[in-house]
Amino acid sequence: MTTATVALPRTGTWRPSTWRNYRFELIKLLAQWPVRLALLACWIAPALLVAAISQSNSLPSDTVFGRWMTQTGWAGPLVVLAFSCSWVLPVLTSLIAGDVFASEDRLGTWRHLLVAVRSPRRIFVAKALASLTIMVLIAAGLTTSGIVGGLAAAGNRPLVGLTGQSLAPGHAAGVVLLAWASVLAPTLAFAGAGLLGSVAFGRSPLGLVLPALLALLMQIVQVLPLPVVVRVALPGYAYIAWYGLFTEPAHTGPLIVGVVVSLVLAVVAAALAYRLFMRRDFTDLAYDGVGRRVLVRAVLPLTAVFAVMVAVIAGSTSVSGSGTGIDGPKLDRSLQTAFANLYRMQTAELNRPAVTDAHIHASAACNKGSPFEPDSGPGNDWRCVITWRLPGVTAIGQVIYQLDVDPDGRYVADGDGPLSVNGYFPVHTSVGNVPNPLWQFDGSVDLLTLSVK
Amino acid sequence: MVGMPRSPSESGVHKALAVRARGISKSFGEVVALDGVDLDIPPGQVHGLVGPNGAGKTTLLGLLLGLAEADGGDLEILGSPVRRKLAVPSGVAGFVDGPGLYPALTAWQNLATLARLRGEGSDGVSDALEQVGLTDVAGDRVRGFSLGMRQRLGLAAALLSRPRLLLLDEPANGLDPVGTRHVHRVLSRLAADGTAVVLSSHRMDELAALCSEVTILATGRVVFSGSLRKLVRDLYDLDYRLRVSDPAAARRVVAETPGLHVLDDDDLLQRHDAEVLLVRAAVPVLDDLVARLIGAGVGVRELAPVVAPLEAAFLSLTAPGSARGEEDA
Repeated sequence: MTTATVALPRTGTWRPSTWRNYRFELIKLLAQWPVRLALLACWIAPALLVAAISQSNSLPSDTVFGRWMTQTGWAGPLVVLAFSCSWVLPVLTSLIAGDVFASEDRLGTWRHLLVAVRSPRRIFVAKALASLTIMVLIAAGLTTSGIVGGLAAAGNRPLVGLTGQSLAPGHAAGVVLLAWASVLAPTLAFAGAGLLGSVAFGRSPLGLVLPALLALLMQIVQVLPLPVVVRVALPGYAYIAWYGLFTEPAHTGPLIVGVVVSLVLAVVAAALAYRLFMRRDFTDLAYDGVGRRVLVRAVLPLTAVFAVMVAVIAGSTSVSGSGTGIDGPKLDRSLQTAFANLYRMQTAELNRPAVTDAHIHASAACNKGSPFEPDSGPGNDWRCVITWRLPGVTAIGQVIYQLDVDPDGRYVADGDGPLSVNGYFPVHTSVGNVPNPLWQFDGSVDLLTLSVK
Repeated sequence: MVGMPRSPSESGVHKALAVRARGISKSFGEVVALDGVDLDIPPGQVHGLVGPNGAGKTTLLGLLLGLAEADGGDLEILGSPVRRKLAVPSGVAGFVDGPGLYPALTAWQNLATLARLRGEGSDGVSDALEQVGLTDVAGDRVRGFSLGMRQRLGLAAALLSRPRLLLLDEPANGLDPVGTRHVHRVLSRLAADGTAVVLSSHRMDELAALCSEVTILATGRVVFSGSLRKLVRDLYDLDYRLRVSDPAAARRVVAETPGLHVLDDDDLLQRHDAEVLLVRAAVPVLDDLVARLIGAGVGVRELAPVVAPLEAAFLSLTAPGSARGEEDA
């Protein structure tokens, strides 16, 4: 043994710094092949997928911005974002954060770790930061990969927004990055839930499964016709609120509310997890999570916070408690704006004389279902008639769209004639056939009108 | 309690002790895990911790490692009083309930990450691996390691911090003879260098080979603490296997020797060997017996305890309802 030749051991009670703990936790996480695989997939798969789709004839038009993937490289990362927000980010986040504490229980390494670190607080902070780092790396990978794949396949061209406006490449890049940044907030909320599950359930597989199930449940709940004040108080709302960044003017209210709600839930869930963790007796060999006490120590506090947020949102906005946030006038305004912008775009593509909004003077009238049904709420039975002035003539043009409106305010407008305006998918331009912007397009209405009382 | 050395506090030397515990108690709900435990372990001693399952060994090791806080009593480790959880001095290392290792990392990475956690380089990793005989598998992931290899790697991890008090729970679990030799050599060297080593083990042969002193726990109480020699000396009669050249003559000699008698049970040891007698006696009586056998012209071919003395003491002191255990406690 060489103890005579090495430095003397430390005296007193010494604890490694949080930075060293963080590095230790990060090494352990990165050594796990599922984490490595997830990171590799997130950095490579989107680029390949976006490039492949952008070169194909079949576009994912059911995904927002999917129909523009052949036209601009900035549509690809947004399709990746929409898909990631549906399943990838909530589930991956919950699994990684959900395993970061439970893995120590599974491996039986808590005592070893505590003897080495001697500070449960530092262990908690290091583990939370390490799992957060992996999540940011995953989000960064998805963003970068989607952008690289899109730009390589479709080029750095303007992006068409959700009110038909054209976003210059530089502007589009900024908004795309902002949209990706905004989804970090709900990702944190799901990470908080994952941490809480991991701490609360110990080695039980429930710690891993429940947060992932919660993530899936939240995503399913988002497609239900919930009152808007409940919808925006859900942790996953900010996963769809980024649509508002692509309208003109931008619907930032719902996004801000969604981000704040997500951050509050993330902090509360992490604080509950911290409290449970600090109270744990690591010498109790029979410890297997807090069991049924999870109801009092985790579920009830989170539910209470959720209820408070619903009340605050209801009290600070003009939307009624049971309202869906979707009504005829909102759709009218959104649709007529989008139509006017896309009409001008079609005019330019067809090399017709340029027109302005004042020339077109488009107006829409949307009705839902039968005449006896109120014109509000989501559904695929919205029918809209748009009238506009035809350039150079005194006649009034009329065009019909069938709208499929999702509970989150996003809609798909499907042209229903006349054939000369929205009847065919391609339009013939000087550079060949391109998708007809008026044949089918995406739009979005602002569910939440903030009116501070 | 029997065999407790004279009180260090009385002699004023407890500053030099690696462990000094007085009246330590610890309960988990209604279950009393430790009940008034006293313990003195000086530097350079390999101290055995023995007891049946549930005796409180792991709880005691947990307290010494700082994983838990005692409900009552005084605990000093390496000269520093320990009054709360995770507040033991930095010279303490070891493991309870098996070594904590990360299967996705290699042996070298497991040690190197620990060294870096302590703010040290990985210079000592190779040396630690060499000491426990794992140099050849340094680059292998731990998930493929046998139980014995994990035990040795756990010991190497503890060595990295150059401990002055090393606490090991069942370190010989799963070790092959080569591994056992490595571990024994390492522990002996550490003790020679002044490190106090506390071993919890059910393997009496291991404890007998390594420890100079043992503490026997039963239901959370110390029923013996002291040197192995004293433990064996204090023992009541032990059973011995006596192999002789003339069993009939030997039986007559045994019958005439005071304080000793032949066991007539149809014991397995006797059943198939006519030359073997099973006798019960205290150690001093054996000297007399051997002299009498030789005087009677009976050749003594083997005289050995049926059960090792430490094991016999353990069984005697920890048996449920043991009168000795009760009175000593």
